[in-house]
Amino acid sequence: MKKLDLNKENIRSAVIFLSPALLSIFIFFFIPVVAAFIISFTDFDIYSIGDYANISFIGVRNYSRLFQDVLFWTSLKNTFYFVVLAGPLSVAVSLFAAILLNSKLVKFKGLFRLSYFIPVVTTLVAVAIVWRFIYHPKFGILNFALSFIGINPIDWLGDPNWAMPAIVIMAVWKNFGYNMIIFLAGLQNIPSHLYEAAIMEGANSWQQFKSITLPMLAPTTLFVSLITMIGFFQLFAEPYIMTQGGPMNSTLSIVQYMYQEGFRWWNIGYSASIAFALFFIIFIGTIIQFKLRKDE
Amino acid sequence: MLNKLTYIFLLLLIMINGCADNKSSVTVIDFWAMGAEGEYVQKLVPAFEKLNPGIKVKVQMVPWTAAQEKLITAFASNNLPDAFQLGNTWIPQFSAIGAIDKLDGLIETSKIVIKENYFDGIWETNVLNGYVYGVPWYIDTRLLYYRSDILKKVGYETPPKTWEELFDVSKKIKENFGKQEKYPIYLPTNEFAPFVIFGLQNKATILKDNDSYGNFSQKEFVDAFKYAMSFYEHNLTPLGISQVTNIYQAFRDEYITMYISGPWNIKEFQKWMTGVYADSWNTAPLPSPDDTYPGLSLAGGASLVVSKNSKNKEKSWRFIEYLSQKETQLEFYNLSSDLPAVKSLWEEPLFKENKYMSAFYQQFQRVVPTPKVPEWEQIAFWKIQQYAELTSRKVLSVEDAMKKLDAEVNNILEKRRWLLAKGKNQ
Repeated sequence: MKKLDLNKENIRSAVIFLSPALLSIFIFFFIPVVAAFIISFTDFDIYSIGDYANISFIGVRNYSRLFQDVLFWTSLKNTFYFVVLAGPLSVAVSLFAAILLNSKLVKFKGLFRLSYFIPVVTTLVAVAIVWRFIYHPKFGILNFALSFIGINPIDWLGDPNWAMPAIVIMAVWKNFGYNMIIFLAGLQNIPSHLYEAAIMEGANSWQQFKSITLPMLAPTTLFVSLITMIGFFQLFAEPYIMTQGGPMNSTLSIVQYMYQEGFRWWNIGYSASIAFALFFIIFIGTIIQFKLRKDE
Repeated sequence: MLNKLTYIFLLLLIMINGCADNKSSVTVIDFWAMGAEGEYVQKLVPAFEKLNPGIKVKVQMVPWTAAQEKLITAFASNNLPDAFQLGNTWIPQFSAIGAIDKLDGLIETSKIVIKENYFDGIWETNVLNGYVYGVPWYIDTRLLYYRSDILKKVGYETPPKTWEELFDVSKKIKENFGKQEKYPIYLPTNEFAPFVIFGLQNKATILKDNDSYGNFSQKEFVDAFKYAMSFYEHNLTPLGISQVTNIYQAFRDEYITMYISGPWNIKEFQKWMTGVYADSWNTAPLPSPDDTYPGLSLAGGASLVVSKNSKNKEKSWRFIEYLSQKETQLEFYNLSSDLPAVKSLWEEPLFKENKYMSAFYQQFQRVVPTPKVPEWEQIAFWKIQQYAELTSRKVLSVEDAMKKLDAEVNNILEKRRWLLAKGKNQ
């Protein structure tokens, strides 16, 4: 590869070419983030929108209030529950689907790929309405199916213990197609001579999977699990449409709580502090994942 | 390249010219209305423009779900329209931020907008600290929808008039259905209104000390809440909100017999209750804890307001007056089925002879506003519903729930107390 020539001329043209992007990132990303960070130390609320004199700096009081806020902890717990349950499940399901689709035995690959991917691009509102019928305690097809194996009807969205698993199932179904495509690309990049050599050595398919597919997919898996984790921490639309956070706040996610505080009740200062708490959590999660990768 | 630029330049010139032309001859009033109302009001505009050649009204529709967000952000960026529609429970918020103007001066000289033309409780929702901020456009309130055939079956020729009767008829309906999974009444915990209504009927004051502290643990409210919860205890209302995905179907299939709701549901119920069901339901005013039938209900609806920063207040007011005329109100009712705010219209046969309307007319005589603080939505939709759900599921006793509710509401009202102390809110 030719080494990049970093003379003045090159830097100048690079800056010129980058400047529109940098400028818009600065205006539309950097400034709002800084502003939100400052706001998180104020009591900015509905009264302040009318008269900025009604804003006062309250130091870290928003953050200390977070620690005592039962709903914040509930929403945090719910979000973690969701991420821990749905994250690995989603990655596993999409890997499984990708391997199936990558198999030479499968016919109509295009059709399957498409049908697995369709939920990803379908509007969530439409999906949620269909799923609400699927989950209906009396008329839902899911309870109907379960009745054949002798399981009593479950009030999926109405029972505080089942509402989050119900959201998990729906979210995994809705999102696994995206990761599946990435895994498929990863699988197709594994050179076939590795498998041929393994077959010569007499490895069975599980051994092939464990010793070739998984290690070769490691970078893809890291990427997929990172993206999935970050995405799932921002869980919002699914419970917002399906359960509005209920029953008994069992599906209230941290982003939904932030949205409600900020844009329903206009407690913008407090809402900003929730946002930064969430940022901090995702940040730590990302570091941990990178560390784990490196140690391997 | 140059050619393109020239074209764009020319185009811009034409556009600027067009705007300038417009401005010199007529005043354009921006008017925002929400949801379907935005569509219907457009049909009333041509007649107004004909009467007022110097004024053009530009109506913009705002979806209900995004309305509050859109209005507040529009205010923050100084982009509010000259006049707009506002849900009357939002008036405290918009006057607190200084987005809407006092209308007292304009009302004083008006021959059309006169306080006496409106139901007292409804008018009251527009009044804050003695000033009027909105003119009622269309109105709503909540009352009892009931299945008259089922009530007759259990010996009730007329709908329940007292709390006692409401509970009694519910028990009898439950007995009548035996083991079937059917419920006499629907009191979902994601609708705060019935819980607040019961409290108000029982003479509770929801907030105290200049609306700066919660007052839910007072005896009147606790008793009312207990009354509401007794329907849960005796399995007279479905627990949770996931059983009923379609309230109209549930009503037709006798899954629920009674439901406390507003006029927006009349059309829907009519659509579902056809054929043999057509005569098996009706509306009735709400029962009362004592002998003061009908019991209180909430004063709802939408008002017309004028933006504080509008440069065309006089002309916007003319449009509001036009919308408040008896004839326009009638036309709007025919278009939208929204109940008219002007009282005299209710004397017309169109309403007097309507089977479902007489109950509304009675109920409108007995409506009161919810507490007029900007934080009310947060208190009602978030906290009251939350504690109603916790109590309905027996996680908390009514007394404990109300104590906790008070504590949370006091937290929410902290800024309000601070402002009151500063003397700024007045």
